[in-house]
Amino acid sequence: MAKKIDQTQVRKVALLSRLELTEAEVAEFTGQLSAILEYVEKMNELDTDDVQPLAHCLPISNCFRADCVKESLGTEKTLGNAPQRDGEFFKVPKIIDSV
Amino acid sequence: MQDDLLNMDCRELRDGIAAGRIKSITVAEAVFERIEQYEPIVGAYITTFKEHALAKAEEIDAQITAGKQVGQLAGVPIAVKDVLCTTFGATTCASKILENFHAPYNATVIEKLLSADAVIVGKTNMDEFAMGSSTENSGLKQTVNPWDTSRVPGGSSGGSTAAVAGRLCFAALGSDTGGSIRQPASFCGVVGLKPTYGRVSRFGLVAYGSSLDQIGPITRTVADSALMMNVIAGHDPADSTSVDEKQAPVCDYLEKLDEPVKQLKIAVVPQFNAGAESQVQTAIADAIDVYKNLGAEIIEIEMPHLDYAIAAYYIVATAEASSNLARYDGVHYGHRSENAEDYIEVYSKSRAEGFGKEVKRRIMLGTYALSSGYYDAYYLKALKVRSLIRSDFTKAFENCDCIMMPVSPTTAFKIGEKTDDPLKMYLSDVYTIAANLAGVPAVSIPCGFDENNLPIGLQILAPAFGEDRLLRIARMYEARTDWHKKKPAIV
Amino acid sequence: MSNFPYKVVVGLEIHVQLCTKTKMFCGCAVEFGQPPNSRVCPVCLGMPGVLPVMNKQAFEHSVLVALALNCKIAEFTKWDRKSYYYPDLPKNYQISQYDLPLGANGFIEIPLDGGRTKRIGITRVHLEEDAGKNLHTAGNFSQVDLNRAGTPLLEIVTEPDMSSAAEVRALAVELQRMVRFLGVSVADMQKGHMRFEPNINLVITKDGSEYKTPIAEIKNLNSFRALERSVAVEEQRQLDEFLETGRVMGMGNKTTRGWDDAEQTTVLLREKEEAHDYRYFPEPDLVPVEMNERWLNDIKAGLCELPIKKQMRYVNEYNLSDYDAGVLTAERSTAEFFVQVVDAGGEPKRVCNLLTQAGLKLANEKVCSVAELGITAGNLAELAKMIEAGTVSASAGNTIMQEMVKSGAAPETIAEELNLMQKSDTGELETIVDEIIAANPKAVDDVKSGGKKCKKAHGFLLGQVMQKTKGQANPQIVSQILAEKLN
Ligand SMILES: [Mg+2]
Ligand SMILES: [Zn+2]
Repeated sequence: MAKKIDQTQVRKVALLSRLELTEAEVAEFTGQLSAILEYVEKMNELDTDDVQPLAHCLPISNCFRADCVKESLGTEKTLGNAPQRDGEFFKVPKIIDSV
Repeated sequence: MQDDLLNMDCRELRDGIAAGRIKSITVAEAVFERIEQYEPIVGAYITTFKEHALAKAEEIDAQITAGKQVGQLAGVPIAVKDVLCTTFGATTCASKILENFHAPYNATVIEKLLSADAVIVGKTNMDEFAMGSSTENSGLKQTVNPWDTSRVPGGSSGGSTAAVAGRLCFAALGSDTGGSIRQPASFCGVVGLKPTYGRVSRFGLVAYGSSLDQIGPITRTVADSALMMNVIAGHDPADSTSVDEKQAPVCDYLEKLDEPVKQLKIAVVPQFNAGAESQVQTAIADAIDVYKNLGAEIIEIEMPHLDYAIAAYYIVATAEASSNLARYDGVHYGHRSENAEDYIEVYSKSRAEGFGKEVKRRIMLGTYALSSGYYDAYYLKALKVRSLIRSDFTKAFENCDCIMMPVSPTTAFKIGEKTDDPLKMYLSDVYTIAANLAGVPAVSIPCGFDENNLPIGLQILAPAFGEDRLLRIARMYEARTDWHKKKPAIV
Repeated sequence: MSNFPYKVVVGLEIHVQLCTKTKMFCGCAVEFGQPPNSRVCPVCLGMPGVLPVMNKQAFEHSVLVALALNCKIAEFTKWDRKSYYYPDLPKNYQISQYDLPLGANGFIEIPLDGGRTKRIGITRVHLEEDAGKNLHTAGNFSQVDLNRAGTPLLEIVTEPDMSSAAEVRALAVELQRMVRFLGVSVADMQKGHMRFEPNINLVITKDGSEYKTPIAEIKNLNSFRALERSVAVEEQRQLDEFLETGRVMGMGNKTTRGWDDAEQTTVLLREKEEAHDYRYFPEPDLVPVEMNERWLNDIKAGLCELPIKKQMRYVNEYNLSDYDAGVLTAERSTAEFFVQVVDAGGEPKRVCNLLTQAGLKLANEKVCSVAELGITAGNLAELAKMIEAGTVSASAGNTIMQEMVKSGAAPETIAEELNLMQKSDTGELETIVDEIIAANPKAVDDVKSGGKKCKKAHGFLLGQVMQKTKGQANPQIVSQILAEKLN
């Protein structure tokens, strides 16, 4: 039986997820994800054509806050966990502009 | 003497401290003495706060001596799962990617514990980002089951349940996305409550599956669970998904705890329970007999969609997780790879180095389920199945006060037994997942032991925001049985 | 060279920054020009464990704009996450609205030449959070400032109903004026409060068939001029490309181009292959918004007469030119001040001239609006009356207005103090006229002869009198005296 997900797809998903995978991991995940997806397709036994999707169990809506300023964290605390900083900025390798 | 002290429940302890009969500092010192002795065996904690805790204990004693009013958990040593943000110590989620992360704020529940004068002992081990059912997925350390150190404590709140069972604290907080409080509670022979979604603020709980996550107490008794709920439940303006108290008022969960629920009607789902090990099934049947003898009516019902809960859960939870965990990228905080040549590699290498296998697997699965071309077949389908599961519960609760079933098909398994087969591990969540998908509260209480002297848990599920009745029902059983008084051999 | 007839088709994607005090989902202040990373908190930094809470003001501002754009307001809307990785996006997803925008199916009227208007469809209006800012000027690395991250941003998508660069500009200007009228945005393009991204292609008729060129989206436009130019330039580029390659619109051949202001060209931007898989799904940390009639009516109370309606009304009601009415209605406060002055007795055209000439100049200098210059409507109406009556000249009126801003004094007081009152005393003026007639016999002859030169000579003599009185004579009266004396 054909695999639910192949190595090419796994590589594509890894790219979307920003995860660098080794070749061994690609192979391992392909097998495991295929098995999981195959199990998950058990859902197709159910006819859900007339079922509304349920993203949330809560009976609530319109939870707002007033437009009132709260004190900010402060630059030092903000950058306190930064792996790299440049003065008051977070620092990252040069971003080559692309869309 | 010291053992007697460590075996007290939170309510007794608090009353003793508040009345000046017991010194908070004595309790804190006893806990840390025990931690020094047994933590190397159990491995429940990622961080402990000895100095901080002792200072806090002394402060509470001083307040009591001065005749000042103290909080509901005054002097009670409590552990919190390392998935809750604290301004003291690191908040790691048991992940290398956050190993050195220091949160600049406290989770709402942490603020509530502090203002109730709890003494926070430390932060407990867990499956990385709460993804797992055995705590073996921790990126930082191994926790064992105090009942049998060759076995897992369950997960993902395994550090918290092992600490409570091992008397390394008096109570703990865990988080439950698909059973992560209840299943380890059952494996460790303690009480674990997953409240209704929206009952306890999630602000400061590092998200795994946002529409499923709830924080809840892990305690040795039902009364302690009620006491902890009195402290942590309620609306939080910082969490849009925490329910308004006008809509669902919180109550004093301790007040009527010992009052049995009259004309109790319990539902069981026979064909669903058949999947559990025979010793588990027997223990559950015996527990239900206890209720029968107390006058409860037992009805058998069908919940046709429960069999699909695991499938729906592993799509919904991982989809949300793939997005929730996107922020760990080595840019603003957390681990950054030293091998990144450009900013894209900062992402892909930092994440590859920082996350463990199970986390990567779930991120990949969730990303796939949301990606174009697969959304309808997986994610949307799962939301529809979720809807069917919830309506199973709505219908069931029209006819009963609660549903009873096992927590886990097995008792604690051996370390390493299931790590090679993720699907097999996922399937062990069969009984706990539905409560998260439907948002209803559920509790695990000790209800016996198997032939290896490993604890078995009884799961009780109630309608949304019915925690008060749920705890009263649990207490009815606890009051008639001694299971919760049994201690692991190492204690 | 070919001469195929073609049409330009343009739709706009617009982002408008709302002028709330705080960000969309946290209490951090929305302030410009602050030190980097000083207006941030755990929520907008996307720290572990944080949760968003909606800013009510931002939502109401958005509904107001959607109403002004004639949209249908959703009774039920929700939030979604849009995923992509970028260092200025702390969570690596943006909270936005995907399938249920708060407003849809509206339109906007835009002014065209000669007082005509055109209706442009509005596809949708939704609310989202802005990203932070990446800076690339520091050297071999980039800097990230998250002060802007989480600022409320309104996204408006139009139908591809515009068919020229001028129409695109007209829409942009009209929208700017509208959101300013509604008081929901500062709408300064240079500061990035408004960002326009045109989607352009051509429909070319060649040999009896229609060909559609591939759509290009243009980014990096930070002035109306750049917006208009970019559309014109792209139009030509697409035409040239079609003639050269014959390439037509197809699946996945939409491109993104950046505007190079120095070169006045658009350049192709590199796109990552997976860039468009945004994996939208419902934001689980936020609850939906349900609109009810009472709330909607409360928001509707914030609506006002929209600028284009006002402009047309001013043309009809006050007999102003379309141009003048347009200048007056560029800003709501100016437009409203105009009416106050007219209601206080000022003649509309005079008032309009005062406001749009001296008024705007003074306001520019003081960096405020005309209404904020500190002149009362009563005083300005008085000044308009004085000019109308000839008590002061139009140019003296401008000088007086300048003084009114400085001192706040009444126009007559200033006119007297500065000796700007026009001489209307016939006796005194007659003496001067006599002197000028005596000194200029040639011109007098020309007037008397009644020939071609009559008008010019009359003007010359009038000018001489004005010069002699240092401009303080009332020219109408002088002209009258001259006419009497020479006929
Ligand atoms: Mg947008
Ligand atoms: Zn903020």
